[in-house]
Amino acid sequence: MAAQTRTVQTGAGPVAHRLADGSGPETVITVSGLVKQYGDIEAVRGIDFTVARGETFGFLGPNGAGKSTTIKILCTLANATGGTAVVAGYDAATERDAVRRNIGLVFQDTTLDTYLTAEQNLRFHAELYGVPKAAVMPRMRQVMDMVGLWDRKDSLVSTYSGGMQRRLEIARGLLHAPHVLFLDEPTVGLDPQTRSSIWTYINDLKSREDITIFLTTHYMDEAEHCDRIAIIDHGKIVAIDTPEALKASVGKDRVQIHTADDQRAIAELAAKFGIEAAVHDGAVTFSVAAGEQFVPRLFTEFSIPIRSVSVSRPSLDDVFMSYTGTTIRDAEGGAGNEFMRNMAKLRSGRR
Amino acid sequence: MTMATQTSSPVAAGEAGAVVDRIRVSVPDRGLRHDLRAVGIVWRRELIRFRTDRLRAITALVQPFLFLFILGTGLSNLAGGSLPHSASFDFKTFIYPGVLAMSVLFTAIFSAGSIVWDREFGFLREILVAPVSRASIVVGKCLGGATIATFQGVIFLCLAWFAHVPYNPVLILGLIGMLLLLSFTLTAFGVMMAARIKQFQAFMALTQMLVLPLFFLSGALYPLVGLPAWLTVLTRLDPLTYIVGPMRHLVFSHLNVPAHVSALINAHLAPSITWGGWVVPLWLSLGIVAAMGIGMTGVASAEFSKTE
Repeated sequence: MAAQTRTVQTGAGPVAHRLADGSGPETVITVSGLVKQYGDIEAVRGIDFTVARGETFGFLGPNGAGKSTTIKILCTLANATGGTAVVAGYDAATERDAVRRNIGLVFQDTTLDTYLTAEQNLRFHAELYGVPKAAVMPRMRQVMDMVGLWDRKDSLVSTYSGGMQRRLEIARGLLHAPHVLFLDEPTVGLDPQTRSSIWTYINDLKSREDITIFLTTHYMDEAEHCDRIAIIDHGKIVAIDTPEALKASVGKDRVQIHTADDQRAIAELAAKFGIEAAVHDGAVTFSVAAGEQFVPRLFTEFSIPIRSVSVSRPSLDDVFMSYTGTTIRDAEGGAGNEFMRNMAKLRSGRR
Repeated sequence: MTMATQTSSPVAAGEAGAVVDRIRVSVPDRGLRHDLRAVGIVWRRELIRFRTDRLRAITALVQPFLFLFILGTGLSNLAGGSLPHSASFDFKTFIYPGVLAMSVLFTAIFSAGSIVWDREFGFLREILVAPVSRASIVVGKCLGGATIATFQGVIFLCLAWFAHVPYNPVLILGLIGMLLLLSFTLTAFGVMMAARIKQFQAFMALTQMLVLPLFFLSGALYPLVGLPAWLTVLTRLDPLTYIVGPMRHLVFSHLNVPAHVSALINAHLAPSITWGGWVVPLWLSLGIVAAMGIGMTGVASAEFSKTE
């Protein structure tokens, strides 16, 4: 996918000081031994990874896992307590301006001035980033066309819907033709339909721009859009690979059954089949190879009445579970979700 | 959905097949020109925001209005007794320069409050991740606040006739210059506070608390003569004193009154600012205000350069 992206580029990239313009796998982000502490809380606990040019790299994890903190360090908005981060060839701690010139940012919370029109917001950005005057108008039109907002450019942003605002932010993040686009939870707080339309735009821009995308998400289905993903839990990377490879590494199918007595069912599964099961998302859950062949056996040999059964191929949910021992919904604590999110926000602080 | 993005190709001129040419954009290294553009756009945003907020423009003028016409008229009788030629001199004329300073006071400081607002609504982040010097952002903000506030002051200048102050071009230009200086420094003060304070309510409460003492101590409402020692010291510590004094001097030197009256009112109502008997010259007076503005701009820039 990444390779295709590069081959269709006609207008090459902007002048880069340390990024050669030729194609080929180059490293755009290098993170080593990154640590971030907020007082006693260790938000990021020593992570290492690299992102290649043209790649779409996803950070997947529950809220409060350290995703946003990492992105803030990469974007020069926070100082690391330890370790280094090199973005587009520049050190995020010591060469802030150079990093900032080469990255585009879309935050979780909107950072638009809603009292200005869309065009005024973009113009503000262009001037602040020193986009050459002659290029401002055509480039502005290009990025706004890309997200389908050109005909609404003169509307006040306050009249935009949540999805339109997010699209405008993506357009703005691309305005100065950055090498890396950071998307922090690009679809959080949007309805499912709008979420999928945002992804249409993101996938579309990958085919138009010579760009590396770094995103964070806690939606499993969105991680499927990435070339590679890193699963982060409690400030540490527990797995990093392509979605396919990660799913293949799990191998087994996931079976979920609803029974009259879950505890007895778990005990019986262990005794009769030697299977380790646990209750996740309100159902007895376990993994077996060839699930569809296992289920008939289960029905004949099981003594506890089964109300319903479902078998699923390994998904990223299973990957997440096999590496962290919990589902992402469990990790976020169901009803406590909002609370966790607020805690995460509190911890990351607003600047 | 994607179709919308395909339909109207922007720079479709040199388009090759389905692939749209990407506009070549190369963001230059930081330099003075880039910083100036940043100053310019931050300044322009202030003006745009102000233009769309007419209510703010009107409400900001209410207070000086009250002071000039209600307080000014009401206190005329009371104040008249202490004046040498009470009949020929209106108290409104006396407080006009001070109230003029007041007309920019609130607007300037509160325009900096938009930083706190921007922080709460996230826009500040967009500004702070930009590859420009923090100083250019702060300077742009201060110039924006100064422009808006001075504009308010100019509206108030139009009312000079009601205070028997003539529309003399030299006088008007001089006053506008001083208003600009004053409001730049006041905005810088506000920005410095806003860099630290994260809640809008706290910002309003704190600045409100500081603004009134500054105004009262500046000699805007009473002449700085024959005051008790403690009050004299306090008035000399108030930066507003160093701009209200020169403004009043300028106004009084352009009044249409006989020479001997002019000499009397200057001596009694517009005495020069002194430090233990030493007369502070005009350039130093204005220099103090300018230096404070620049100093506070520096503090604010440093404050915004900090990261977590």
